[in-house]
Amino acid sequence: MSLRSRIVNALRGDRLSREIDEEVQSHMEEAVDQGRDPAEARRAFGSALQYREASRDVRLVAWLDSLRADAIFGWRQLMKRKVTSAAAILSLALSIGACTGAFRLIDALLLRPLPVADPQHLYALSREGIGFDGKPATFDGWAYPAFRVMRAAVKDQAELIAISYAERMDLTYKSDAEMEKASVQYVSGWMFGTLGLRPTLGRLLTENDDLQPRTHPYAVLSYDYWTLRFARDPRVIGRAFRLGDDLYEIVGVGPRPFTGTETGTVTDIFAPTMMHPGAVHDDWVWHRTLARLKPGVAVEPVRARLDATSRAFEEERAKGFTGMSKQDIQKTLDHRLLLDHAAAGASGLQSSYRVSLLALGVLVALVLLIACANVANLMTAQAASRAREMALRVSIGAGRWRLVQLVLVESAILACISGAMGAVLAWWSAPFVVGLVNPPDNPARLALPADWRVLGFGLALTLGVMLLFGLTAALRASAVKPAIALKGGEDPHTRRHMMHALIAAQVTFCFVVLFVAGLFSATFERLSHRPTGFIADRLLTLDTVAQRDESPVFWDQVAEHLRGVPGVQSVALAGWRLLGGGDWNRFVSVNGAPPGPDLAYFLAVSPGWVDTMKIPFIDGRDFRPSDTWPGAAIVNETFAKQFFKGESPLGQSITKYGERTCKVVGVVRDAPYRSIREPILPVAYVPFHRIDEHGALQPLRDATFMVRTVSANPMALASILRREVPRARSEFRVSSIRTQAELVRAQTVRERLLAMLGLFFAGVALLLAGIGLYGVLDYSVLQRRREIGIRLAIGAPAGNIARLVTVEVFGMVLMGALAGVALGMASVRYIETLLYQVKAGDPAMLALPSLTILAAALLAALPAVYHAVRIDPVAMLRAD
Amino acid sequence: MRKTDSLQGSLDLLVLKILSRRPHLHGYAIMTAIKDGSGDVLRAEEGSLYPALHRMEEAGWIRAEWIVKDTGRRARIYELTAAGKRQLDAEESRWQAVTSAVNRVLRTV
Repeated sequence: MSLRSRIVNALRGDRLSREIDEEVQSHMEEAVDQGRDPAEARRAFGSALQYREASRDVRLVAWLDSLRADAIFGWRQLMKRKVTSAAAILSLALSIGACTGAFRLIDALLLRPLPVADPQHLYALSREGIGFDGKPATFDGWAYPAFRVMRAAVKDQAELIAISYAERMDLTYKSDAEMEKASVQYVSGWMFGTLGLRPTLGRLLTENDDLQPRTHPYAVLSYDYWTLRFARDPRVIGRAFRLGDDLYEIVGVGPRPFTGTETGTVTDIFAPTMMHPGAVHDDWVWHRTLARLKPGVAVEPVRARLDATSRAFEEERAKGFTGMSKQDIQKTLDHRLLLDHAAAGASGLQSSYRVSLLALGVLVALVLLIACANVANLMTAQAASRAREMALRVSIGAGRWRLVQLVLVESAILACISGAMGAVLAWWSAPFVVGLVNPPDNPARLALPADWRVLGFGLALTLGVMLLFGLTAALRASAVKPAIALKGGEDPHTRRHMMHALIAAQVTFCFVVLFVAGLFSATFERLSHRPTGFIADRLLTLDTVAQRDESPVFWDQVAEHLRGVPGVQSVALAGWRLLGGGDWNRFVSVNGAPPGPDLAYFLAVSPGWVDTMKIPFIDGRDFRPSDTWPGAAIVNETFAKQFFKGESPLGQSITKYGERTCKVVGVVRDAPYRSIREPILPVAYVPFHRIDEHGALQPLRDATFMVRTVSANPMALASILRREVPRARSEFRVSSIRTQAELVRAQTVRERLLAMLGLFFAGVALLLAGIGLYGVLDYSVLQRRREIGIRLAIGAPAGNIARLVTVEVFGMVLMGALAGVALGMASVRYIETLLYQVKAGDPAMLALPSLTILAAALLAALPAVYHAVRIDPVAMLRAD
Repeated sequence: MRKTDSLQGSLDLLVLKILSRRPHLHGYAIMTAIKDGSGDVLRAEEGSLYPALHRMEEAGWIRAEWIVKDTGRRARIYELTAAGKRQLDAEESRWQAVTSAVNRVLRTV
């Protein structure tokens, strides 16, 4: 209570002083009324000021009072120079906000531990080896039978958990007409118990739910999904939904904070791994494996044990490979098992954005340093102009610490306002960036809580920034020597050296930011202009599912029906979309030879697909309706080059490993298969009609209709087509509609993001560095105006003056730029994985930022030079 | 709390005692009461009375409020709080202990 009132009093010191004065006044009047001499009554109090101080100190917190006085004084100082203060605050706010936003993203994706018991004991299993493209690669996918033997092998040291890649799947709660999508993960039944999770409602899955293939159709909902889809209805327990061929029963709802272990995806439904069709296949890689080490268990022995078990399993499996050379088999076995920390979960979003986010974080940190250097220079310049004031304060008895406090408080005001504005920016920017990463039908959902971690980071950053730019200025101000300062100022050059060093640092950082942003935008430019080989405009893709496997003949009927819809130009069928993520590969043998080490990729397509995609034919013909697979194949140019070494592949035979032989009937131009970043893959297109050993057509569950529309906006037809598919055959449903153009764009989401943010921050960095340079030049002209005046008076030409003013600073700019080149070249190897066909040593990549910085420096120097040569010697020399 | 020397201690004691008998006094009245009550022997100086009053107010022993007197002047009057009453008891017994101890020393030496 008492401390509170003293703090309150400190914050309203004026009122307190008035009260004290008034009480004294009333006392004296009373005394006079009682007949005392007014002068004597006044004398009794002693010095009024001293009395007031004594009384004040009793009634308030003294240091708080001095802080308040400094704050008011600092605020007035800032308000006196509104424009510079606003510029300083804006640049700091922008960079603090960007840094905090970047931290929010990095924290949410990479650092924040999962809400499970002892997340620090969680590890993710992956294999490191040589990929099929001959480059080093890591694989985090596992086959379930391999998982089983590994789990048994380390039973005493660790518990292994299988968790499938989260997938958006079609499911229905009532009738098939109401099909909806949910993100489904197949998880080991014992996952919940191992992670120490408790149900919100009902029960969670256990090991008993995960024993026999397809016998335990039970599902657990995530709390998030329960809230969004069922509005937390407790009657959800016992409800059923159909997913694929199975009818699942909902048995429970998970704990509130747990959204799955795949950071960046919020899982809706958890089902037992045994319900996954791949649970019994030893060549079907479909889940991640997490390991939870028991307390006190060392990592390396567990890793070695798992490595040996996994290798033994693969060697056993490789015995079944026939017709492959020993080296090729060896290549697939040469993998090393890794155990990586997975306290923050394990997800594809993490691996694809880890480097990007860290790179962006470094960029914004550099921008923050540039802004700090600016403000530090500003404060130093101001401290110089306030040297006399400081000297006077010291002379009348102010302590050094009081001066440090005075300047630091001013810095703190700047930093706090900037920090507050930065918080608003961080609040908005992190979800904005996540929004940019989202493909429309599979939204990345990253929990971005603004809690003590983020708050703490923001506060620490603000404090750090304040000390960074405030402390040198404060110490400098407090070190003022009154005798020298009051006599006419100390050596102005000492101060300039420090400013120039900061300029060099600014230019270095600015160069790095510009250089990296240039690399990012060149990457985006090159990727987005890479020819796709097909024409994506006006092309609509309809992923379609049937209630059960349906004969290709029925699929053809639906395609035929769609061809009759007005506005449709052509329709074809394919197993899946190009660039849609589908992937099907095998080793192939040519003309009966043993299969080579290279993988070929496959896609089933109907007659007319090549024309609908507008991929040009080089040779041969399209499929005919009578063509079946095995039987005929169309290959792309890369396939022809790689497997036929320049001979015409027409009429030659290829054999997909383990299957029967096809004859090549056509050759088409290259088109990217699953990603536009990788080199073109050898692709064989095979007929949509697949026959089994007995010559019967094989039915299919899902496929994709490719529809080329007449109008330029294909999405205008989307709702009509969605309706027409079930009208053609009632058991067919459209699962998702996307334009091919959107799929192409989705390929460069990360590159667009990096280029956009990179360029934005490059612009900010350039602007800040330019302003900083301008400020320092202007200040040095002001400092040396007497010298310049004298030089002009004795006849120095304008060119000399311009050189005098700028030469030192431009030396610094040059030094900074050289350091920037070195730093940029050194840092490139950390972001190499983000670049596409861009070389760091490319002269253009180095020249562009150099020229930009040089131009900005020239522009920033102009006003100062103009001021310098316009100095009027007469007025100048008379003034002092 | 700050250490109080014996003089300040007795000033606090006097002020608390006076306010316990006659609440709602202003500073000048307290000063007069000390002077009159001690038969002009003790005098509280303005320079020490008001800081003492403010200190005791901050300590929560007394509370103050502004009133408008019949003369139309504003005055700040003081009264004892519950904590002040406890403090008065403590100070009084301390004072008794000190004076009796001092008296004993004066008698025996």
